[in-house]
Amino acid sequence: MTAALSLGDRPQLRRGVRVSTDPLSQAPILLFPEGVLFLNETAAAVIRHCDGSRTVAHMVQAIDEIYDGVAVGDVLSLVADLVAQRLMVVDRG
Amino acid sequence: MDRPLGLLAELTYRCPLHCPYCSNPVTVPDTAELALPEWLRVLEQARQLGVLQLHLSGGEPLIRPDLAVLVTRARELGFYVNLVTSGVGLDESRARELADAGIDHVQLSLQDADRAAGDNTAGARVFDRKMTAAAVITALGLPLTINVVLHRTNIGHIAAIADLAAALAADRLELAHTQYYGWALLNRSALLPTPEQVVAAEQAVARARALHGGTMEIVYVVADYYEPYPKPCMHGWGRRHIIIAPDGRALPCPAAAQIVGLGIDNVTERSLGEIWYLSPSFTRFRGDEWMSEPCRSCPRKAIDFGGCRCQAFALTGDAARADPICQLSPDHHLIDSAVSSATPRSLRFRSNPASS
Repeated sequence: MTAALSLGDRPQLRRGVRVSTDPLSQAPILLFPEGVLFLNETAAAVIRHCDGSRTVAHMVQAIDEIYDGVAVGDVLSLVADLVAQRLMVVDRG
Repeated sequence: MDRPLGLLAELTYRCPLHCPYCSNPVTVPDTAELALPEWLRVLEQARQLGVLQLHLSGGEPLIRPDLAVLVTRARELGFYVNLVTSGVGLDESRARELADAGIDHVQLSLQDADRAAGDNTAGARVFDRKMTAAAVITALGLPLTINVVLHRTNIGHIAAIADLAAALAADRLELAHTQYYGWALLNRSALLPTPEQVVAAEQAVARARALHGGTMEIVYVVADYYEPYPKPCMHGWGRRHIIIAPDGRALPCPAAAQIVGLGIDNVTERSLGEIWYLSPSFTRFRGDEWMSEPCRSCPRKAIDFGGCRCQAFALTGDAARADPICQLSPDHHLIDSAVSSATPRSLRFRSNPASS
């Protein structure tokens, strides 16, 4: 249904989806109309970098500077998963 | 035990519409609505419990003049705030007030694809006002879901409904079959679609997704009367959600007030935390200790939690029985006979509560 992500794509959260903090655990969470996703720190960092202007390539580089040794494949699959769940939209590069 | 994730605040039972499948009780108790300070206290207690999402509903929540105050406080506390509305009363200034207060998302109800059919089902001239509301919502950049309850009269109009939702620039379209409680159960014979209509509806949804799926998410909530197994109602009793009725009664499900002898507590008398963890109304059907056969030994009990307690009560008089929707239930014949005897007939429209 969704074409594979490429490094020139510019992903961002869909309208109505936002990152927040769980008041009990202080963990990052993703809130959207009918649900919530509990995130780990790396996933939250990736999502925060998805601002619609940065490309996937830039994002991977930025994340790698914060979290040493993040696999490109992991970042791509997280973003692709969020796109498939319609929590993120992609501006094709 | 899990903490609650969602709070559905039914701010009022008052509503300008008279939909014959309304989820509000058929008989509304003659009790006063919670005042603003009481709602604000409920929000604070809900946040302390770990609730993440707040759904402001009713009746029509826009009837409450203090709605924006609630939204502002809810956002300060950190909730994701969802407004569930008929759109009546949502003119540009009201929408701007609510957008400024921090509404995250709006769910706008739509009864049918055109003015005549929509107004007929709503029992009021509201279609044009809904069109205005949708335009105002999207013009402010707020995300919009169009909610449509499906039944015999509109289920054949899915293509036109999807075209309209797309034209209104909706982000999501939710097509949900009628759930047969309260008013809908009274009108069940007239509302139940035929099995052929249900098959055609699934095909129409697939075509609408092919046409509009790139820009608009289409959520289709199946008709449990035609399914072999029950829905995982509320994701389990007392497991994720709290509903607060307009008068402050705390319920595990919007239809739970009908269950006789449940021991319902009110937020004006106990804290929300006490109610969630200790009220018999929330603990009664939590987990699976309450189950009898065929649920008790069924591997699906972890998937559907025995189905819906309110449906079991409404159809069998015993909330602890398996949901009759389940083909394994000894009461399943009740569903088969309801489907086979459904006939078009006149509807009883929802009346409004006498008091506010």
